[in-house]
Amino acid sequence: MNTFEPPIFELSGAGKCGVNLPAIDVPLVDLPQELLRTDDLAGFPELSETEVTRHFTRISQRNFCIDTGMYPLGSCTMKYNPKVHEAAARLPGFAALHPLTDPTHAQGALWIMEQLQSMLAEISGFDAVSLQPAAGAQGEFSGILVFRAYHRAQGADERVEVLCPDSAHGTNPATAAMVGMRVVEVKTDHNGNVDLDDLRSKLGPRTAGLMLTNPNTLGLFDEHVQQVANLVHAAGGLMYGDGANFNAILGIVRPGDVGFDYMHYNLHKTFTTPHGGGGPGCGAVGCKTFLEDYLPGPRVRHIIDSDKFELFPPPQSIGRLKAFHGNFGMIIRAWVYIRTLGADGLREVSENAVLNANYLRIKLQDLYPVAYNRPCMHEVVLKGQLREAPGAKTLDIAKRLIDYGFHPPTVYFPISVPEAIMIEPTETESKRNMDAFIAAMRQIAAEAVADITILKQAPTTAPLRRLDEVGAARKPILKYDPAKFRELRRAHVAATSNEQPERPTY
Amino acid sequence: MSHYISNTDEERAAMLEAIGIGDVKELFDVVPEGVRFPQLHLPPALSEAEIMRQLGRLGRLNSDTQSTLSFLGAGAYNHFVPTAVDALLRRAEFYTAYTPYQPEIAQGTLQAIFEYQSLLCALTGMDAANASHYDGATAVAEAAIMAFTSVRNKRAVLVAPTVHPHYRATLRTYTQGLGLTVTGDEDTTGSLDDLLAKIDGNTAAVIVQTPDFLGQLHDLKPVADKVHAAGGLLIASVDLVALGLFQNPGAAGADIVTGEGQGMGIPLSYGGPYLGIFASKDQYLRRMPGRLVGATTDMNGDVGYVLTLQTREQHIRREKATSNICTNQGLMALAATIHMSLLGKAGLRKVAEICYHRAHYAASEIAKIPGFEVVAAGPFFKEFVVSSIHPIDSLNTVLASMGIQGGYDLTADYPHLGNAMLVCVTEMNTKEDIDQFVQALRTIWEGRSDL
Amino acid sequence: MAYTTPDHLLYARTHEWITTEGDELTIGVSDYAQQALGDVVFVELPEVGQKLSKGQMFGVVESVKAASDVYSPVDGEVIAVNEALLDAPETLNTAMYDAGWLVKIRPSNFAADRVNLLDAPAYEKHVADEASKH
Repeated sequence: MNTFEPPIFELSGAGKCGVNLPAIDVPLVDLPQELLRTDDLAGFPELSETEVTRHFTRISQRNFCIDTGMYPLGSCTMKYNPKVHEAAARLPGFAALHPLTDPTHAQGALWIMEQLQSMLAEISGFDAVSLQPAAGAQGEFSGILVFRAYHRAQGADERVEVLCPDSAHGTNPATAAMVGMRVVEVKTDHNGNVDLDDLRSKLGPRTAGLMLTNPNTLGLFDEHVQQVANLVHAAGGLMYGDGANFNAILGIVRPGDVGFDYMHYNLHKTFTTPHGGGGPGCGAVGCKTFLEDYLPGPRVRHIIDSDKFELFPPPQSIGRLKAFHGNFGMIIRAWVYIRTLGADGLREVSENAVLNANYLRIKLQDLYPVAYNRPCMHEVVLKGQLREAPGAKTLDIAKRLIDYGFHPPTVYFPISVPEAIMIEPTETESKRNMDAFIAAMRQIAAEAVADITILKQAPTTAPLRRLDEVGAARKPILKYDPAKFRELRRAHVAATSNEQPERPTY
Repeated sequence: MSHYISNTDEERAAMLEAIGIGDVKELFDVVPEGVRFPQLHLPPALSEAEIMRQLGRLGRLNSDTQSTLSFLGAGAYNHFVPTAVDALLRRAEFYTAYTPYQPEIAQGTLQAIFEYQSLLCALTGMDAANASHYDGATAVAEAAIMAFTSVRNKRAVLVAPTVHPHYRATLRTYTQGLGLTVTGDEDTTGSLDDLLAKIDGNTAAVIVQTPDFLGQLHDLKPVADKVHAAGGLLIASVDLVALGLFQNPGAAGADIVTGEGQGMGIPLSYGGPYLGIFASKDQYLRRMPGRLVGATTDMNGDVGYVLTLQTREQHIRREKATSNICTNQGLMALAATIHMSLLGKAGLRKVAEICYHRAHYAASEIAKIPGFEVVAAGPFFKEFVVSSIHPIDSLNTVLASMGIQGGYDLTADYPHLGNAMLVCVTEMNTKEDIDQFVQALRTIWEGRSDL
Repeated sequence: MAYTTPDHLLYARTHEWITTEGDELTIGVSDYAQQALGDVVFVELPEVGQKLSKGQMFGVVESVKAASDVYSPVDGEVIAVNEALLDAPETLNTAMYDAGWLVKIRPSNFAADRVNLLDAPAYEKHVADEASKH
């Protein structure tokens, strides 16, 4: 079934409406004529509810998702999204709760927030948590702002350098720049750790801190993490923990116990609030006591000698990161997840995630060289450099995986690894599926030797073939325009022969 | 093992054997021994039934907009969400996918974002809209940064005091390390004319909200003219619902349009996830934060969609990126897209009209009650300021006891208004609801000694 | 990777080429650099009249998945920019050494800046050295 579906604008018919709205039951008053729009909402579609439902259902069928199959997108933790989370977030007491409701009438929501703050602090070894950040990148932003505020409070305004390993997520250096900090890159050593000599040479009186993902983006636990933290602290800097890879160490080790001062949690990764095709997420943050007063707010606390909870702004807060209190819809899902699993269940998560990744590593490393040859954590980074098929690129391997029914892993990241293929199976993937994935990867390696065009042409079974990204960037079409779509389609007619059957246009 | 884990003990044993170890613990030998395997002190695990029962109990401790008559807005709105929106949103193909990095198998997400961008451009009069920002507050903050990097040698941002207080706070958080000054809202009584008088050669951008935090509608045209004459940009923060009826900000001269899209198909959810609207004119496109989807063709010539102009973004440009944003509010953008598609031209206008007429009915009825006064300097949309002889917190406490959620207490944010509340009326508040609210206020007035 | 390095040009270590014509320099990006970048989709150029110092970034050349800053090899002033690239960035892939030029600069002290530039063989060696580090 190919669910070709035109842009919704081409399905429009004048005068239709897809919503059953109430009548105006009050006396009509004059509209301020000079402030009305005069363009009659040109370009806005008009459809029935039937048509809208069918349109979005049809385009949804052109998506691969976790519920379709294995989605080993490294660094994104695409684990199963429990259905109970969806039911929980939609309970009217939460979904229909206004954020400015008097806190005395929102105690149920505050209770959940306070308990999640406490549980996240316990899991990570920190003293205080703020749930405000909307995503990991915003958590990072809050952390570097807190570092800046802390140093300034000590009179150390000159600490404006943020160190980031060369394997860091792009958000780390981008975050430092948004705070007005200078980014200093630190090298990775031959074992995939922070290069200690390089780190020493870059630490100094201008160091604000180090942003470290541990396990790092190479899927490796830094063998010297405590030494790294000691060096940074000795230089007067602070340790920021990027929690993107927290799924590897739940109940295994607490970042607060190995020297981190501040970290963000990606609730949408580790605590499996759904990724939603790009978001929303929640980038809650935790820190040690000495940074607590700088946290973004509001936070939630228990009112002493009562059974009530309240919102409060931390006294030296770096400020608000968004309107209201945080992405509560994600907060409640993460709360359900932690309450479902408990301490033992969380440790099982990480044990199984790491076991699965190492199984893939062992089964693939003879064909696909590993970036670093030691046990990995929750993800393994391979290189798409096939000894017997040098013409095959990581991109080709990724696209061919689609034909075998898998979502490709993260590719070309970390940028420090050539032709990187970063595979994160997560704990919810079964051995049965992983064996099928391994077989597909091995078959692709064989195809690459036998007939490289199979890879270069892939995918052939997806709703579309490879797309012209160069053309899209050279002449951007960022909104529907009938003339530009006619032009795109004219190119199609010119490129294909007459025997191609006409596509149905609903 | 939890019910989310799919492997048997035998399968796990086989994997351990393949790896060449006897116990999964060995995979963690690299973790410093003294801190390895901490005992986590968490509440005991619960079954699904127990969790839902507990959540049901906790939910009932909250006064939500279904169990009360709510007249609370102030940036988060109780608008009607058609059932079809959530039914489609709950398709796993949408909500369990991630960023469409592999366009061949993500056309659903990509086409939806493309349609979202297109609808937003039509509504706002902009040339391009990004795939969403976190919320209305962060969108306006990043718009200020974008304006600052788009114009040369200007380091000041002027913000109207009637921009949402949370947005102004967020704007200050975002700009604190960048050497930008944010002024214009020190005096909360200031009018837009006062703001315009402060524009000078150092003004990179002026930020105006319409309808503003207090519900008032503004004509952006004179603001745009004044800002442009000084070489700066106009950033307009808007309400998507109002745009069904009121001024097209792009046509009026806005350069960047931001806003909160929550009112368009997204539940209140105690403050999030919401939807940050972010759109601009073409000439600023290369400085825009966030993801963009463009139309193109595939190897067969079929029309499809891809993420494009990605060199602006952090995963490529790192410290030189236009923003650090990565994860956005994709599913919320989808909700808004579905809702706008359902409404269409006529529906959008009608929702705005219902809000407008009901809000004006409520205002005129409240104005008739002794002790209450509607404070409106100009035309308003769905919110208006009511001043009272009563302190608003005690007024709202009494209203709550009558099953009514009163308006937002403005005393802390706008002290010059005295005892004042911001009343919000949407298509969810029927005439009967409004009459009940008015009657409650009248009762309170009549028994005022009780307050 | 096979790439060309015409002998009549000078090269900077940051992969720009330079040719002199009277008291003007024409600057572009080398074949090696454009191949490493891939299909060019966007070029950002400075304004005519902008003063540049040696090593200062004056433009950006972008492909779909990478962005490369372009640096001025000399102190000087921008006297012309290749506006044709804005509409046809692909020229930088197909004619990097002629129609794909980026800017013309009037140098203020070329004699001094000249010593840091490489001739074709020296540039090829520089490229080989850089590649071996990865």
